[in-house]
Amino acid sequence: MSKVRVLVGTRKGAFILTSDGKRQNWEVSGPHFAGWEMYHLKASPADPNRIYASQTSGWFGQIIQRSNDGGKTWETPGGGPTGPTGPGGMPQGESNKFVYDTSGKDGKPLTTHQWYDGTQHPWEFKRVWHLEPSLTDPDTVYAGIEDAALFRSSDGGQSWKELPGLRGHGTGPEWQPGAGGMCLHTIILDPSNPKRIYIAISAAGAFRTDDGGQSWKPINQGLRSQYIPDPNAEIGHCVHHVAMHPSRPGVLFMQKHWDVMRSDDAGDSWHEVSGNLPTDFGFVIDVHAHEPETIYVVPIKSDSEHFPPEGKLRVYRSRSGGNQWEPLTKGLPQSDCYVNVLRDAMAVDSLDKCGIYFGTTGGQVYASADAGDSWTPIVRDLPAVLSVETQTIAG
Amino acid sequence: MVRVFLPAHLRTLAHVRDEVQLEIQGPATQRSILDALEAAYPALRGTIRDHVTQQRRPFLRFFACEQDYSHESPDAPLPEAIASGAEPFMIIGAIAGG
Repeated sequence: MSKVRVLVGTRKGAFILTSDGKRQNWEVSGPHFAGWEMYHLKASPADPNRIYASQTSGWFGQIIQRSNDGGKTWETPGGGPTGPTGPGGMPQGESNKFVYDTSGKDGKPLTTHQWYDGTQHPWEFKRVWHLEPSLTDPDTVYAGIEDAALFRSSDGGQSWKELPGLRGHGTGPEWQPGAGGMCLHTIILDPSNPKRIYIAISAAGAFRTDDGGQSWKPINQGLRSQYIPDPNAEIGHCVHHVAMHPSRPGVLFMQKHWDVMRSDDAGDSWHEVSGNLPTDFGFVIDVHAHEPETIYVVPIKSDSEHFPPEGKLRVYRSRSGGNQWEPLTKGLPQSDCYVNVLRDAMAVDSLDKCGIYFGTTGGQVYASADAGDSWTPIVRDLPAVLSVETQTIAG
Repeated sequence: MVRVFLPAHLRTLAHVRDEVQLEIQGPATQRSILDALEAAYPALRGTIRDHVTQQRRPFLRFFACEQDYSHESPDAPLPEAIASGAEPFMIIGAIAGG
């Protein structure tokens, strides 16, 4: 029988939740890396035992961790298992090193970016927000970082190199951080075209490459953001998350700071599909594993409150690719609920029926084994959840 | 032989349970101690001082013989008690809630 693994990153460690295909009984493993902020964990589609994790700390900086056994043991890439082996078995420390491209003649990072007050500010590496393993090679993985840039490792996370065409393509000096920092939080690899990658940055917008990351262009036409000087600007939109169904890589769904958006032309143009949502603000968005027109969001009240409207935690599902939405409430708290669901904290499995998972800042991870019709908490009392990813593992 | 006291999270990362003992080249300075520490435990590279600038991470402090050396030159000699191993060189993380 197939099994499901849910990878959960929290403010104080990582947890791995495992169940069989029934998804009724769950085994909880963790905390891994107790006390550290675990921004994201994601497994390689090419090798389900290979998992990458972003471990970070305001005190000690960024650490990249890697597992080769499905999360049972971990290593900092480059030195083999970091058991209590002493210096001889230790890695070389390069896996933690994210250095912006300085290949230009001035030897400085390409461009500066706009600071909150409108002045130009140097790029400063802070952390890895998102890790996206290659669809075909377990040793190739992309990292989206703050301050926003895209890095790639082709040696299993041992060393990282920037894809500088993104920051260098022309609009970089106009990018500005959102309240949560200037993070590259979404990386989508096109399964039908290995040269095509989508990324999104708060608060710069969405971008696409069609040549494997050498050149990039903004794909924000149709986005409208009332809170920026030119609401229809080419860049400057606070994109919270983007999702795609692998069978239709040209169709994208976006949860923007406000507005749920859809593109049918690989991001060249967008139109709003917020429809009857109680609020069009939110962070997560995801697509049903088997129904490319079925999408999920969790509406959140904004601008400063960032909790569910009316204290009711509701997932909204559209079976028509947007505009018509239905609230999914069975098993979710419908009073006095004031948690948030952050941008990388929703995922789907590929079983039939499709499983949907999301984590909250209150430490709950909710699961639905029936495509959202009903929900059950797998765990209720974890630290604040930063990210949720799934693996469907064939039995 | 120099003794180095690490914050708990870095002991976990380096897979050591207690103080670290290091042989250093030349006089005992912040730089010579950290160079030796990172050579012996490369997983700690970037966690105490920046990979590129080699600046101390802002939420860490360096203490020796009950004195704060955080703002001293990284090449300034440390007390003899550090060089001899009588006292540990202490890397301390800022205390904060959360």
